[in-house]
Amino acid sequence: MQFRHKIAGGDFAKAGNVASSLKKVLRQLNIDHTVSKRIVIALYEGEVNVVAHAYSGVIEVEIDEEKVKINITDKGPGIIDIEKAMKEGYSTATSQVREMGFGAGMGLSNMKKNSDLMKISSVPGEGTIVELLNYIRPDAR
Amino acid sequence: MTIKEITDRIDGKVICCEEKLANSVEYAFASDLMSDVLTIEKENMVLITGLANLQTIRTSEMSDISCIIFARDKKIGEEMVTLARENNMILVESPHSVFHISGELYKAGLKSIY
Ligand SMILES: Nc1ncnc2c1ncn2[C@@H]1O[C@H](COP(=O)(O)OP(=O)(O)O)[C@@H](O)[C@H]1O
Ligand SMILES: [Mg+2]
Repeated sequence: MQFRHKIAGGDFAKAGNVASSLKKVLRQLNIDHTVSKRIVIALYEGEVNVVAHAYSGVIEVEIDEEKVKINITDKGPGIIDIEKAMKEGYSTATSQVREMGFGAGMGLSNMKKNSDLMKISSVPGEGTIVELLNYIRPDAR
Repeated sequence: MTIKEITDRIDGKVICCEEKLANSVEYAFASDLMSDVLTIEKENMVLITGLANLQTIRTSEMSDISCIIFARDKKIGEEMVTLARENNMILVESPHSVFHISGELYKAGLKSIY
């Protein structure tokens, strides 16, 4: 199963729509609740990052019998120092983002915690790709 | 503790999903930082917050939080109520501060997460 969603930078009203629809799909597929919650939370923080830090993005989700793969690709400023961005507490978020309850620099580290594999690649000035992979069987990690 | 008992102790006004007041919860967490809420693994909890926007509801949806208490009579928008209803969430407004609500509910036996 595969699907694809576009998201717009700056559109806080819609941030979380993709994670919400994936949550429903995973429930329909009877995916273990703990597994599904990890996926949904990682995707939600990823979605908020595109809205908060980039101009536009595409989220691709691919589900097969053993795993859920998510690619979040955005056009935006990119991340110059990925290691630094991953550090809990590091944030360049605007006050608008903080008013939404984000911008404490905890998103990327929580995404890492909630995925079995996370890969970030970025070209500064062009954009960022975050790949998330989660195994469906809770003991497959 | 049932949500009904909770709302009674904090002079809470139920904004939506009254039919679920008999549900009960064991834990409470107070924060305005949604990223922090998203790190919690426990379920069966109420969120006490001063942050009233759509992301408060979205965060609770992702974290399977079934009841949100908004402190100091924050304005709860129509879109928030619609989204909460879709997710079977109870929204409660209280005139008291986060500190006061937390104190009352802690005293009454709701457990803290950390
Ligand atoms: N998609 C992205 N595009 C550009 N920069 C990003 C992106 N995602 C994260 N960052 C950078 O990494 C920092 C840390 O991200 P994160 O841990 O999610 O915290 P927060 O979003 O709260 O700032 C951000 O403040 C930003 O500088
Ligand atoms: Mg973030």
